[in-house]
Amino acid sequence: MTRLLAVTLGLLATLLLPVAAQETAPAGDSKWQDVLREARGQTVYFHAWGGEPRINAYIGWAAREVVRDFGVRVIHVKVSDTATVVSQVLAEKSVAKSSGGAVDLVWINGENFAAMKSQGLLAGPGWAETLPNWRHVDIENKPTVKVDFTVPTDGQESPWGMAKLVFMYDSARLDTPPASLEALLAHARDNPGRFSYPQPPNFYGTTFLKQILVDTVEDRDALSRPVDTARFADLSAPVFAYLDELHDLMWRQGNAFPKNAAHMRQLLADGALDIAFSFNPGDASGAIANGELPPSVRSFVLDGGTIGNTHFVAIPFNSSNTAGARVFANYLLSPEAQSRKQDPEFWGDPTVLNVAALPGREKALFEALDLGPATLTPEDLGPVLPEPHPSWVSALEKSWIARYGAN
Amino acid sequence: MTIRQKRIVDVPTLLVIALLGGPVLAGLAGTALPAFGYLPVLGHETVSLEPMRRLFETPGLAKSAALSFSTGLAASLASLAIVLVFTAGWSGTRTFRRLARFLSPLLSVPHAAAAIGLAFLIAPSGFLVRLASPWATGWTRPPDVLILNDPFGVAMTLGLVAKEVPFLFLMTLAALNRPHIHDTYRAGASLGYGRLATFFKLILPQIYPLIRLPMLAVIAYATSVVDVAEILGPATPSPLAPRLVGWMNDPDLSLRLMASAGALLQLAVTTAALLAYLGLERLTVRLLRSRLFSGHRHAHDTSGRLAGLFLMLAVILAMGLSLVLLGLWSLARSWWFPAALPQHLDVMRFADMAVMGAPALWATLALAVSAAGVATAVTLWLLEARDAAGRTTGARLKALVFLPLLLPQIGFLFGLQMLFLHAGLTGTFAAVLLAHLVFVLPYAVLALSDPWARLDPRYGKAAASLGASRARIFWRIRLPLLLRPVLVTFAVAAAVSVGQYLPTLMIGAGRIVTVTTESVALASGGSRQAAALYALLQLLIPLGGFVLAALVPALVHRNRAAMRLERG
Repeated sequence: MTRLLAVTLGLLATLLLPVAAQETAPAGDSKWQDVLREARGQTVYFHAWGGEPRINAYIGWAAREVVRDFGVRVIHVKVSDTATVVSQVLAEKSVAKSSGGAVDLVWINGENFAAMKSQGLLAGPGWAETLPNWRHVDIENKPTVKVDFTVPTDGQESPWGMAKLVFMYDSARLDTPPASLEALLAHARDNPGRFSYPQPPNFYGTTFLKQILVDTVEDRDALSRPVDTARFADLSAPVFAYLDELHDLMWRQGNAFPKNAAHMRQLLADGALDIAFSFNPGDASGAIANGELPPSVRSFVLDGGTIGNTHFVAIPFNSSNTAGARVFANYLLSPEAQSRKQDPEFWGDPTVLNVAALPGREKALFEALDLGPATLTPEDLGPVLPEPHPSWVSALEKSWIARYGAN
Repeated sequence: MTIRQKRIVDVPTLLVIALLGGPVLAGLAGTALPAFGYLPVLGHETVSLEPMRRLFETPGLAKSAALSFSTGLAASLASLAIVLVFTAGWSGTRTFRRLARFLSPLLSVPHAAAAIGLAFLIAPSGFLVRLASPWATGWTRPPDVLILNDPFGVAMTLGLVAKEVPFLFLMTLAALNRPHIHDTYRAGASLGYGRLATFFKLILPQIYPLIRLPMLAVIAYATSVVDVAEILGPATPSPLAPRLVGWMNDPDLSLRLMASAGALLQLAVTTAALLAYLGLERLTVRLLRSRLFSGHRHAHDTSGRLAGLFLMLAVILAMGLSLVLLGLWSLARSWWFPAALPQHLDVMRFADMAVMGAPALWATLALAVSAAGVATAVTLWLLEARDAAGRTTGARLKALVFLPLLLPQIGFLFGLQMLFLHAGLTGTFAAVLLAHLVFVLPYAVLALSDPWARLDPRYGKAAASLGASRARIFWRIRLPLLLRPVLVTFAVAAAVSVGQYLPTLMIGAGRIVTVTTESVALASGGSRQAAALYALLQLLIPLGGFVLAALVPALVHRNRAAMRLERG
């Protein structure tokens, strides 16, 4: 029944979309009208990680919508690692190519954003907060939409979705998942060889390290500042004490690691691991719908909260299609696009919008969503722990590699 | 007869120098300067040894370098041994012809696809364990044993062997394709030598010079391989090349200086492996020289022959099974341990993805055909022109041609990218084609120069004495006689072009999308189905090339008994 409702509403939304698009641009905002006019006919090269067919299909859908409604052609350039995009823009800057860059929009956050921002590789500040749909963004309850890994976004990137560290287990194999790091260690002791994490500097592996850090550090305030090398050994000591104990009990005794989150998910599906984790709370449901995980998989989080952040789209300094890129970024923020993104049938990525404050019809789009069997409700997702400053990442990774990465 | 020594360099030589020298120099500069601290765009404007110091402070660096050296050299030596023992024992037999038919197409399997397939075959949750589980092993969950990613790189070495054997075999086959080889076999047999003894004592000394360069290319490749190392290799620490890629791609941009320093170290490791091989070569010759003349017949060599056959069959079976598994995965929706076959098939999704992959497939085909066509034509032109000028392919030219194969791509491409950006070419088909040529042309020269040099010059002389022009000799005598090696060169060149990931991505700037760029992007995610399908798409074009290289000469030479590769 809810599915039927969702479909109906979805259809309705599609029919009403052109109207809605008009609505999102208030008549008085002539500047935005100028942007729309300029954008018509532009081609936007959107460089985004292309490892997930579901996400690729979603981007394809959004691209079809904007070419129909705004005459903006979006081409998804599928990359395996966002850092290669940073390289691309860097190379262009080094030969002083200040217009006509290859990248018009890039899917980004955290370290890569910090690197691009500090090297002056991004389009000037403020544009993201002038998008008409910015008014729907939940600035109050989702502070990470304006602060990316403690670095202020300054409107140089536009939020796209929310991420939160969520664990998965197969309920057919495991009754109660360990809900704290202590319980996880105890579980590993009883079931040696059934837990692992992607090898840092893989993003997910590093996130696991950060989770332990945030959980165990005595002075949490220190994490919001750039890392103090003199104090790092002290502050991170509990992390490595924990890992020293965990590693002997891990899959392959810590001599090999999953390559990435997807590999870890596959190991969960094969029963090689008891637990996997993801940065997308809808991932388990999506993977079940996709046949990649058994239907008995469920999600859980740790008591006391897990790390969360926001992922964004940003425009490089030398894009010549900024108007088109802004129109696409604005479309990605629209309630239509955001609600479809949250549907595990399509992607399952949580919205950055303040759903409660949306107009009734658009709010209904979200309320009609069936989030799937393995997705936790927002209440069950628990508190969001903020990301440490990006400098902690390289400090943690360095220590990790010195201790475990080069035996 | 006095031939006026031409001092001026001919056009094709200049062309090759421009095609390879420019990019190589730019690439080298782009690697060497940052390695010594010079990268103005990041604000590093003073020359220093700081990147080197940071590099050598990196934990596990020595082990990484040692792994690159040892796995690369071991895999290359093992591949050569398998190919030679098998060829020695079975060349000219029906078994040989049958297996040869399987081996050439295996060359078209991309390295990453072969590694993924092999990983799925031998992993603790892989196909072989599944076949025996749970009925024989009692395992309902995969056992926790370290088979892949073992610290000594055994799995990685096996993966490289499976991939290099077909290449070396094809090169050996081409080397055998010359007159009098069969007479030598007969002479050996009539003197009572065993097959292995005939091959190693009489034939190998004749054909080895033709296998040597391909062997060096294999060593250079295997010591700096990235994708196979990432999938099958050790991870704590990894071999040097994948670590370089990691540093190059690190969001912390200052690591790029260290990565460049690492690229120079990689260059040193590869050079060391090449020198070690050349040393081994000399040692072998010195130690075995006396045995060549000893007159021992080694008539009873059945066990040696069987060992060669067994190893070759193992390679073919492993690769064949890996491919079948990839094919199954491309259709599988769910396939969890311990099921030996997929639980759910999803043909619709397969069809959807195949249709979506079509544009990328066309782009790949266009690039591969253009790159292989230009590379083969330029190589032919170069060889013909140097022949006419009375010169052989000189050592200096060979060194230049060989250089792109020795440089680790990752360090060298940043400089290349700068060059193309300066020229305003980035993102165009022509630019990507030029970038591919840097890596394709060496293989074309490698594959063609020795067959060309070994062509009996008397055919040409006879034609010339009958009044034929140079062009006529080339088109009517040389090209038809060399049809098979030329087509094989084309196929190898096309396969190399299809395999290019980093050059396509960095020079194409995302504007040029090939099945390889799509496939690597998908492999970074979780969908095994999508990854397997693209791996198969990647295989289509090179496979087509090798099928053509086998069929066309067979058709054209159907009534030329002496031109057929294998005679009874």
